Amino acid sequence: MRGSRKKASLDLLSKVLEHELVPKHEILSIDEGVRILREYGIKPEQLPWLRASDPAAKAIGAKPGDIVRIVRRSPTGGEVTVYRYVVPG
Amino acid sequence: MAEEKIVSAIKFGILSPDEIRKMSAVQVTSPETYDEDGTPKSYSVMDPRLGAIEPGQVCPICGNTIKGCPGHFGHIELALPVINVLFVKHIYELLKATCSRCSRLKISPEAFERYRKYLFRLKERYPYLAKLFMEYIKRQAMKVTECPYCGAKQPKIKLEKPTTFYEQDPETGDRIRLNSRDVRKRLEMIPNEDLELIGYDPRDSRPEWMVFTVLPVPPTAIRPSILIETGIRSEDDITHKLVDIVRTNERLREHLSSGAPEIIIDDMWELLQYHVTTYLDNEVPGIPPAKHRSGRPLKTLAQRLRGKEGRFRGNLSGKRVDFSARTVISPDPYLSINEVGVPTDIAKILTIPEKVTDWNIDELRRYVLNGPSKWPGANYVVTPDGRRIDLRYVRDRKSVAESLAPGYVVERHLKDGDVVLFNRQPSLHRMSMMGHVVKVLPGRTFRLHLAVCPPYNADFDGDEMNLHVPQTEDARSEARLLLKVQSHILTPRYGGIIIGAIQDYISGAYFLTIKSMLLERDEVIKLLAAAGVVKEPPEPAILSPKKLWTGKQIVSMFLPQDFNYHGKANISSGHLKCDDINCFWDSYVVVKQGKLLMGVLDKKSIGAEQQDSLLYWLSKEYGVEVGALFMDKLFRMFLRVLELRGFTLKLDDVAIDEEGRRQIIQLQQEAFEKVRNLVEQYVRRELEVVPGRSLEESLEIRILEVLAEARDKAGEIAVARLNPFNNAFVMARTGARGNVLNLTQMAATLGQMTVRGERIWRGYMGRALPHFKQNDLGALARGFVVNSFYTGLSVTEMFMHAAGGREGLVDTAVRTSQSGYMQRRLVNALIDLYVDYDYTVRDSEGSIIQFIYGEDKADPIKAPHGRIVNIERVVEKVLGSSK
Repeated sequence: MRGSRKKASLDLLSKVLEHELVPKHEILSIDEGVRILREYGIKPEQLPWLRASDPAAKAIGAKPGDIVRIVRRSPTGGEVTVYRYVVPG
Repeated sequence: MAEEKIVSAIKFGILSPDEIRKMSAVQVTSPETYDEDGTPKSYSVMDPRLGAIEPGQVCPICGNTIKGCPGHFGHIELALPVINVLFVKHIYELLKATCSRCSRLKISPEAFERYRKYLFRLKERYPYLAKLFMEYIKRQAMKVTECPYCGAKQPKIKLEKPTTFYEQDPETGDRIRLNSRDVRKRLEMIPNEDLELIGYDPRDSRPEWMVFTVLPVPPTAIRPSILIETGIRSEDDITHKLVDIVRTNERLREHLSSGAPEIIIDDMWELLQYHVTTYLDNEVPGIPPAKHRSGRPLKTLAQRLRGKEGRFRGNLSGKRVDFSARTVISPDPYLSINEVGVPTDIAKILTIPEKVTDWNIDELRRYVLNGPSKWPGANYVVTPDGRRIDLRYVRDRKSVAESLAPGYVVERHLKDGDVVLFNRQPSLHRMSMMGHVVKVLPGRTFRLHLAVCPPYNADFDGDEMNLHVPQTEDARSEARLLLKVQSHILTPRYGGIIIGAIQDYISGAYFLTIKSMLLERDEVIKLLAAAGVVKEPPEPAILSPKKLWTGKQIVSMFLPQDFNYHGKANISSGHLKCDDINCFWDSYVVVKQGKLLMGVLDKKSIGAEQQDSLLYWLSKEYGVEVGALFMDKLFRMFLRVLELRGFTLKLDDVAIDEEGRRQIIQLQQEAFEKVRNLVEQYVRRELEVVPGRSLEESLEIRILEVLAEARDKAGEIAVARLNPFNNAFVMARTGARGNVLNLTQMAATLGQMTVRGERIWRGYMGRALPHFKQNDLGALARGFVVNSFYTGLSVTEMFMHAAGGREGLVDTAVRTSQSGYMQRRLVNALIDLYVDYDYTVRDSEGSIIQFIYGEDKADPIKAPHGRIVNIERVVEKVLGSSK
């Protein structure tokens, strides 16, 4: 029972990113992450947070401590890039 | 000098009994506060050792007088422990999360170790998450039914508000009372390590300290007694409460030592608990508040801090200021929009400190000579050594004036040209507080220009406004450069103009710019004089048989030479509608090369709160100074047009002839017939049902449709029969005041009255009023008003109208209070967010809230209606100037 549920959710997880309302998520390399932090002059915790249990975070395999780049469409700004700091949870 | 230290952190904890005893100057045991001769009794809550409170009294503890003595705490040794209500929630959770026998946190040893290590790491990196995690551990522990350490079955803990705990056996359902002593014993037994795991720091908040065994007695200085003229002392509410506590405590102690029966002791104990609870918070749900002899609830510790007039919102966040004034406002069209008229009486009290220099010394001497009671004068002179000379008490002002020299400061009266802040509550947006230039005037009211009424949301039915005088040079220049009214012509909400023509200004503009307005030379001069312009009029539009100027020519004199604009006028609707430059009705405004070529000026082009208007582009492209000047001068001229022509509203304006009356009545009869048909269909259950509605609802919907249509048609008939230059109609068309619906209600019929969107039916059984038959579903019985305000309402109609009107009043009352609270919550949440120089939105710690402000960096004040560029306008600008 439990195993089958887990399997189904794994299946679903890979499809999360295909949904049109889910914007593009990608994990940044360490160098890139450091560059972003320097650009904004902040510590990683000062970025908005993303829970590691977030479906999109799970789908791309983000682990606590990673920085995720999200590129999404916005009604006011066209295409915007935002960053999230992955935290446990 | 004292050593300077910097606060690195503040930590809150719970006072332990040891600490309370250590800081105590006296143990309070006596319930009597004063001797027969009126001296405070020792060992009472007014013991002199609690601090010096009378002038001349020397504190026996610190040796200071009233000025220097900070006050000292005392303490009460409670005969039996008592729960602190403010912590019951924590006590409840702790009792539930720990074993009832061994008081360990109900987490298995393996999980305990795992959680502890994880929590340690979390605390390093994510302090905020650590808090959530500790909460999670606590919830886990509360769910466990068998202690993982001693194996004891766990009873359910019940809390009976506010302070009584029970233990309930899950199987038998028996309840055992846990008294405060038991509770305290359990809390004492919880080990320190277990506490750390659920977020308590045992060093300064041991849970047993949440149950009082010793109660601190605050210094007398925070609960002063009041002497009434008759010589009777009136004690502070907190003192009263402390006396109650001491009295009950001593009686309880006696009972205990004399070995009284348990029931009596329990009763006394409960009473002591009640007194301590209300002493801390007199608004705890579940118990009656402690009352004063007069029946007024006592104001105890929590009441001093809490709420709108409490210590935080009332005293710490709420500031009161000097150099401010408040009075009724009234209009003055002869002021500039940047000005405010200040009564001389107020100008003589509000002052501005002015430094004496070689350049202003003569002027300031004159002010000093005038003194405090003659405007423009001065109230104080401050000498370079910091002495303040109060000119009210100086007999020889001449010598003070003589003694002035650079380095002195004169606190002179407010005079013309000073900048002040002007404000009307509720201050909902930044335009609620703007900088105005002072104009001292006779009278007792503040005067303001009518065009600044919309941003303040002010009218003159008794509104009052506040005025503040900036006291430093920085504040004044900031007010002058940033806060003046003209800097707020554009609103940051959507980038449109919020300051513009209203009411009579619009009517005046309309009459000046209609095609039939032809002016002779002397009339033109009169109008220009009203605007304060000395200029030769342009070439007249008509040269023969006599020279005549059009109103549009006069308006053009105030437009910049290269200004272009085109757009619809407000009157462009119905049969006067025009969509482009080919307009017969003059309802399309065209300005080319600074000349108003066609179209009338009305609400759409110069009104307040309009989008893409003539005034908007004028202010935007030529700067707000030009916009302000335009309003100052031209608006005065619009009013003069009305004054010369005469403008009023009379009963005849909404009168319609017999023929119109007959048509309207016939229309209504037809509608009533339709309603009757609908009702008949309904009775026969043949009515077509609206999807998703019941038969009754369908009937109501259909009837409302039919009657609304009748009202609109009646309105059309009436409006078509009004003279287009009738003043009421002109105001409605130009947008100066009122609308076509108002006219319809005045001239034709009021139409259907509604309460909560339904026809009026509430009242008697099956009918709204006893004038109708029961279950009459007809139009008249359910609140259709056939008459107009002109013809007058019948008795039943008037009642229906009042019922509908009251709903509107109730709605606005409810809405304002709700939106006010919503606004408060929102402002508190967003108060310290800001847009940084890199266009990120950040909070006070510099953490990022939004990566790009609004995701497009657009400042709404500069980007009209969300668009960053208005291409049409750019094209217009280029093409317009080439033609």
